[in-house]
Amino acid sequence: MAKYPTPMLDELESGPWPSFVSDIKQEAANRKANPKNLDYQIPVDCLEDLLGQVELSYKEKETHWKHGGIVGVFGYGGGVIGRYSDQPEMFPGVAAFHTMRVAQPSGKYYDTKFLRTLCDIWDLRGSGLTNMHGSTGDIVLLGTQTPQLEEIFWQLTHEMKNDLGGSGSNLRTPAACLGMSRCEFACYNTQDMCYQLTMDYQDELHRPAFPYKFKFKFDGCPNGCVCAMARSDFAVIGTWKDDIKIDQEKVKAYVAGEIKPNAGAHAGRDWGPFNIEKEVIARCPSQCMKWDGSKLSIKTADCVRCMHCINTMPQALHIGDERGACILVGAKAPVVDGAQMGSVLIPFISCEEPYDDIKEVIEKIWDWWMEEGKNRERVGETMKRLSFQKLLEATETPAMPCQVKNPRTNPFIFFKESEVPGGWTHDLKAYRQRHQR
Amino acid sequence: MADVTDQQKAVIVDFLKGKSAAKSKFYFNDFVALFPDMKPREVKKILTALVNDQVLEFWSSGSTTMYGLKGAGKQSHAEGED
Ligand code: HEM
Ligand code: HEM
Ligand code: SF4
Ligand code: SF4
Repeated sequence: MAKYPTPMLDELESGPWPSFVSDIKQEAANRKANPKNLDYQIPVDCLEDLLGQVELSYKEKETHWKHGGIVGVFGYGGGVIGRYSDQPEMFPGVAAFHTMRVAQPSGKYYDTKFLRTLCDIWDLRGSGLTNMHGSTGDIVLLGTQTPQLEEIFWQLTHEMKNDLGGSGSNLRTPAACLGMSRCEFACYNTQDMCYQLTMDYQDELHRPAFPYKFKFKFDGCPNGCVCAMARSDFAVIGTWKDDIKIDQEKVKAYVAGEIKPNAGAHAGRDWGPFNIEKEVIARCPSQCMKWDGSKLSIKTADCVRCMHCINTMPQALHIGDERGACILVGAKAPVVDGAQMGSVLIPFISCEEPYDDIKEVIEKIWDWWMEEGKNRERVGETMKRLSFQKLLEATETPAMPCQVKNPRTNPFIFFKESEVPGGWTHDLKAYRQRHQR
Repeated sequence: MADVTDQQKAVIVDFLKGKSAAKSKFYFNDFVALFPDMKPREVKKILTALVNDQVLEFWSSGSTTMYGLKGAGKQSHAEGED
């Protein structure tokens, strides 16, 4: 029998989708049964109290979680998010119910030993409830009490060689696509860059000194499997400079129906025979492709590296050889302003180890934002408030046409007097000799 | 840069003690203003040293972080209720 009736939550279980309510109930029952005979370090019925509190909130349409707190592990300013119930007598199991963020392995490769150890720690010292993965990409452990924090941290670091992730005004847990480990589209080693930058920026990850959160994300190509352009303040997206490599024989094989388009991904339904004109040429966003019945050509200068043609005919087309990445800055979810996507800052940058070129840009952005950013202002908001041109100056990046998304909506790049020969003053007499009034 | 000095630490502690009646938690930027000749990243080193000395502690909402004297202020303050 459940500790509290939860009619409103129960209704959420009736739909076609997996429900967090069912998950919590299942784990609540498991904790009660205690098949492993654990000496639970936080109340055994914490999940029933959780359901009870959430039901109350659904009824009253008000949250019963208090906001924030001072909890953490010694020396770290992030990784633990203090959460307390404002009805601790009614729901003692969740009087304190802190969240811990744990760094996920680069590219999210787990072995079963890692997962088992993590679950063992969390079954004993936490609620057993996890979120794989949080919106930032890290492992989220939901619900424990203050005395458990240092214990869990010790086990994470000593037994699992892992670390807490970021929260608060910190660098947040960086995330990368699986890149070169499995994917032929990877233009640079996303996992390695993610790992290296995580190690190099430990101080920024654990000791908050930014105006607000700051996220890095690494996509190996514009397909954007970790959605860096939408989800990170600093997005590194793989790209290339030279021609897309074309195997004309394979193109013909796609046209003749000998190879399945999109590597067979649309096999669930009959979409009719492959039509290169309709499915590739007409869908090229910059209209830079031509198919004359026997030869495919691409005008590289106009290609915007959208990946569509390569995704459709992966055996025939391949990314170029001159590879690197494009850096976009300022994506964020709406808090102060509306949501925004990243803006191109550097169209092409080398991604060679030890990634000094990338780190130089990052550090210039941080120096600028730490000086100029207002409290609780994302770098994308600072950029909008002070102008994109200021960001160009701070990062010593020349203005380039590819930074302009459309003319007239963001005409943010102006000449400075120092950039104009002779400055703003001009010789009126000499001018009038050449031009009539 | 040179190691963090006791004088630098004292500037921060004095500032916090002077304010503690009115307000107990401060943004990182508030401390940067105390050291006009220093880069924010150097000011951070002083704060880190004070956290390691257990003089200061972090307060976090989950999305933002503030600094205060250890034990000073109540939860209600951070929520703007006093
Ligand atoms: C290198 C030469 C030129 C430069 C750098 C230039 C630059 C500009 C700029 C910055 C604008 C404002 C765009 C905006 O509001 O978003 C503009 C508008 C305009 N320009 Fe030019 N321009 C050039 C040559 C010309 C020439 C040769 C003509 C006509 C013979 C011309 C006709 C116009 C017109 C009619 C507009 C107004 C367009 C509108 O409001 O939609 N421009 N130009
Ligand atoms: C019978 C002839 C013409 C007609 C009916 C006509 C009509 C128009 C109209 C309806 C607009 C849009 C106005 C608006 O923005 O609301 C326009 C804009 C414009 N027209 Fe004409 N036009 C004529 C001849 C010309 C000629 C001969 C020139 C140049 C030599 C010219 C130059 C322009 C320019 C530069 C603009 C843009 C003004 C701006 O910056 O907004 N037009 N015209
Ligand atoms: S982002 Fe590109 S390189 Fe990375 S896994 Fe996805 S398709 Fe492959
Ligand atoms: S990558 Fe995109 S823009 Fe480039 S040729 Fe292919 S479809 Fe066109």
